[in-house]
Amino acid sequence: MTADTPAPAPARAPRREARQGAPWPLALPALVAVGFLLLPLVAVLWRAPWTSLPRLLSDADALTALRLSLLCATAATGVSLVLGVPLAWALARSALPGVRVLRALVTLPLVLPPVVGGLALLLALGRRGLVGGPLEEHFGISLPFTTAGVVVAETFVAMPFLVVAVEGAIRSLGPGLEEAAATLGASRVRTFLRVTLPAVAPALVAGAVLCWARALGEFGATIMFAGNSPGRTQTMPLAVYLALENDPDAAIALSLVLLVVAVAVLALLRDRWLRVPAAS
Amino acid sequence: MLALLPACGSGDEEGASPTITVLAAASLRETFTKLGEEFSAAHPDVEVELSFGASSALAQQVVQGAPADVLATASTATMQQVVDNGDAPEATPFALNSLQIAVPPGNPGRVRGIGDLTSPKVEVALCQEQVPCGAAAKEALETADLAVKPVTLEADVSATLTRVKLDEVDAAIVYVTDVRSARGEVEGVEIPKELNVTTTYPIAPLRGSGNPEAAARFVDFVLSEQGQAVLGAAGFQRP
Repeated sequence: MTADTPAPAPARAPRREARQGAPWPLALPALVAVGFLLLPLVAVLWRAPWTSLPRLLSDADALTALRLSLLCATAATGVSLVLGVPLAWALARSALPGVRVLRALVTLPLVLPPVVGGLALLLALGRRGLVGGPLEEHFGISLPFTTAGVVVAETFVAMPFLVVAVEGAIRSLGPGLEEAAATLGASRVRTFLRVTLPAVAPALVAGAVLCWARALGEFGATIMFAGNSPGRTQTMPLAVYLALENDPDAAIALSLVLLVVAVAVLALLRDRWLRVPAAS
Repeated sequence: MLALLPACGSGDEEGASPTITVLAAASLRETFTKLGEEFSAAHPDVEVELSFGASSALAQQVVQGAPADVLATASTATMQQVVDNGDAPEATPFALNSLQIAVPPGNPGRVRGIGDLTSPKVEVALCQEQVPCGAAAKEALETADLAVKPVTLEADVSATLTRVKLDEVDAAIVYVTDVRSARGEVEGVEIPKELNVTTTYPIAPLRGSGNPEAAARFVDFVLSEQGQAVLGAAGFQRP
């Protein structure tokens, strides 16, 4: 996650001369790293089919995929807020034993390969799944291969981003304000809504934006769990992957859109108002 | 910077590379794995590395300049892209395949024929149109004048078959050879001859090969009596 810039080291003995810039043994690898990280993005811009871009992006399938992507990522963020914020609060404030193990487990999707997540979802919620079987038998609810399934896959992968950001903020807030509110007679729910949430608002917004961006880019779990059906489950990343089979230009054009969205998200997060507290 | 990277894969050594990379359609996974083993047994001086995927994706890789020595696709159309781009001389057909419906054991969707795939109760997986198995399935459904709404369009035939193996769909249109190779995990439902589509599998040595001689030998081996026997045992017909 993004960490705040470290505090400047305390000044020691006065230096002989103020030197600008890093020493070259650091500067050189740093330059290589910058080149390595930026080169692929430059390559996308370089190969982008600028002249046919309007045609490629106004293509009905591309627009459908974009609309579906925005819809599903927003829905996944909504679900993450409703379920994830209370979870973040519980993880930060709970004194129950085992809460540390629980924290590790719920943030597992952060480091789990998404394809593995998708397979796990299938084994849990698929037709023959642990829960999916009974779910379909008794309620006729089937999640795989549906738009709801896309939201499920994206939520599974993206919610931990929000949980980590918000939990870190609540924890660094300390219990003081909440205790003060309680002594003034506020109920616990009221305290949470009127004191805790506003206090962690910046982290909440930043976490939600990150969560949304992650959901928008989700590929592995989605294709595994929800399959690929244009208009129903084919989000932008799936469209990019499958367009590569026959129309690389279309794939590059779609990638460009996702790239622009990613840059916009970063620009938004760079905003001073959205400082993400270092998640521990 | 590039000099720091270890040379990988093909032909940086003196003379010809001892390893040839064979790109093959997903539906050739079983047979080409076996052919690779038999070829290496017959030619101990050559290592065969196999890479499987959707024919169209493999053709794209070759056109984009991916290093490889031999390409085998599941349709003449995908191979033609590579030939037209000048990456391969002409290709030779080495096998034929046809379509079959794969259903999970016990046939939960009670699929008795291709007509049942239109039922809203039957969840169907197909290959996407851009890959040969998808193009063939589309052709068969059009011939039968059936409007099927698949729940998912997969990137290659292996992924499509896996949906049936995992029992996540009631039916999928794949190749006869796929159903045969997954015997025990899936059951097959015939598609009548007049609706079925026969696909031709071409093979070609690639111009960018680091070891053209070994590449040519591998192609000859696939076309040989021994190679054809392996393909025949898996359910492929001779061209």
